[in-house]
Amino acid sequence: MTDAALATMAATSPSTSASASTATPARRSREGVRRTATVLGAALLLVLLWELYKAVGPQDGGTVLGARVLPRARDASMPHVLDVLRTLRDPEVAAAGSRTVGAAVLLSAWFTLKVSLLGALLGAAIGFLLAVAMQRLRVVEHGLLPWVLLSQTVPLIALAPLVTGWGGNLHLGSAQWQPWMSVVVVSAYLAFCPVAVGALRGLQSPAPAAVELFASYAASWWRTLLRLRLPAAVPFLLPAFRLAAAAAVIGAIVAEISTGTRGGIGRLILEYAQQATSQPARVYAAVGGAALLGLVASGLVTLLDVAVLRRGARA
Amino acid sequence: MSTSTARTADASGTREPAVSVRGVSQRFDTGRGSVQALQDVDLEIARGEFVSLIGPSGCGKSTLLRIVADLVEPTAGEVRINGKSAHQARLDHDYGIAFQSAGLLEWRTVARNVELPLGLHGAGRAERRARVEELLALVGLSEFASARPSELSGGMQQRVAIARALAENPSLLLMDEPFGALDEMTRERMQAELLRISAESSTSVLFVTHSIAEAVYLSDRVVVMSARPGRIADVVDIGLGRHETAEAGADVREAPAFFDRVTRVRAALRGGPGGHPGVDDR
Repeated sequence: MTDAALATMAATSPSTSASASTATPARRSREGVRRTATVLGAALLLVLLWELYKAVGPQDGGTVLGARVLPRARDASMPHVLDVLRTLRDPEVAAAGSRTVGAAVLLSAWFTLKVSLLGALLGAAIGFLLAVAMQRLRVVEHGLLPWVLLSQTVPLIALAPLVTGWGGNLHLGSAQWQPWMSVVVVSAYLAFCPVAVGALRGLQSPAPAAVELFASYAASWWRTLLRLRLPAAVPFLLPAFRLAAAAAVIGAIVAEISTGTRGGIGRLILEYAQQATSQPARVYAAVGGAALLGLVASGLVTLLDVAVLRRGARA
Repeated sequence: MSTSTARTADASGTREPAVSVRGVSQRFDTGRGSVQALQDVDLEIARGEFVSLIGPSGCGKSTLLRIVADLVEPTAGEVRINGKSAHQARLDHDYGIAFQSAGLLEWRTVARNVELPLGLHGAGRAERRARVEELLALVGLSEFASARPSELSGGMQQRVAIARALAENPSLLLMDEPFGALDEMTRERMQAELLRISAESSTSVLFVTHSIAEAVYLSDRVVVMSARPGRIADVVDIGLGRHETAEAGADVREAPAFFDRVTRVRAALRGGPGGHPGVDDR
């Protein structure tokens, strides 16, 4: 995760955002159209590959010396894309007035989106505060940074039930610990790391000359943070937020699955997986919902990115 | 140590020198023992005087400048600026500073970069705007007020940095190889501009450089330093009447007296105890 975080941060340098802000509106919109077309084209290509494999792939998969190396191409394992789309209109259970599968997927995705947004915000806030503390005191950085990185090696599947257990022992006055709160905590646990690492790099990014300049102005640590370190960290923070949003969604889904929290897309994937032998398309519908959720989360960060760029161009 | 023969004119009429360095030593502790960066340095800069520090790499000239700026605490000795401690002078914003890299804030426009010290020290909006306009006119960048630093050439960025250093009308300007990264043509133009600016505002300047020609051209006095340990090897009085020539527009760099001073500084650099001529003639 950290390597990926660093790579993304390196890719999004201040110069790229500067060039984006100086592009003419016409060129930018043309670029936007081309990019959208590329994304749609990639999705279409994926669908075509899927259907192509179904057409030519072996029905019972390919085995070499008893080990299966090619997936089964029959409908129970790989339903047609069209069947997956059709199943969205099916009622979830046979009873009258049942919601459709599509409604179930959307509602669950919406639930998980809310929970993972909370997790992302909580994680980002914690990660950012940790980064400020690490920037302020080198000893904190040396003591804390290895643990921040190590924290991500703890298997989430093991962590989620633990959090539920701890939460159950918490007494928050009259309020009761809710299962979704555990999901938020696990989601924040995944999201804080990229923000802590990215924000620390960003806060440390000003050149020594710039830091000396602020010292020569007798600017306080707080002023230096607000006027120098924080603006310098913005190009590092945006990709960190993007990673955090993705991590928060993954954390929420995994936590839902491993704690069995009702209402979310993770639980829905689990339920539909149990019906997979009779309704194979449903699992893929739910997985598609999870992918949509990730896209929306990533889109929200892009909106933030655009807002910051606009503001930077105006200042 | 020779006393200054240059102008000691001072508008406020006080006798305090702009900078007084007494018995300053600096020792850095590294992993493999300690390094004596400066040993027993004495230096006085009169008000309105232009003094250059020159010497091989590692002679501690940048360290000395940072000690004067109170960015580094000396191991021993005392620095006074306008009669105050260096620390108090920093808190009072008595000096402006410029480094080899312009160090502009990329997310701010040129105008907002120049007004940075004014904003940090709580100047009002109208006052800031008026002062920035004045400063940009002084360095000839009025049309670039709303440009981004990335849109400027290296020389223009350095001019913005100098305007920023002058923002609060400091009585003392500290410059650490500010023209080191510029090409020869830009460098000569910037030197002439700096002379004009410092003459117009009667600012005292402490200027660190690698270049003998630059030091001789700009300075009233050139302080030659030697390395390991860093100390003052010699002080060469230039006395070329630089301000007068700058105003007359004649190029002092072609006068015989200029070459004479260059030769003297070079000799001082070679003759210093343990001195290596690790200085270029840029």
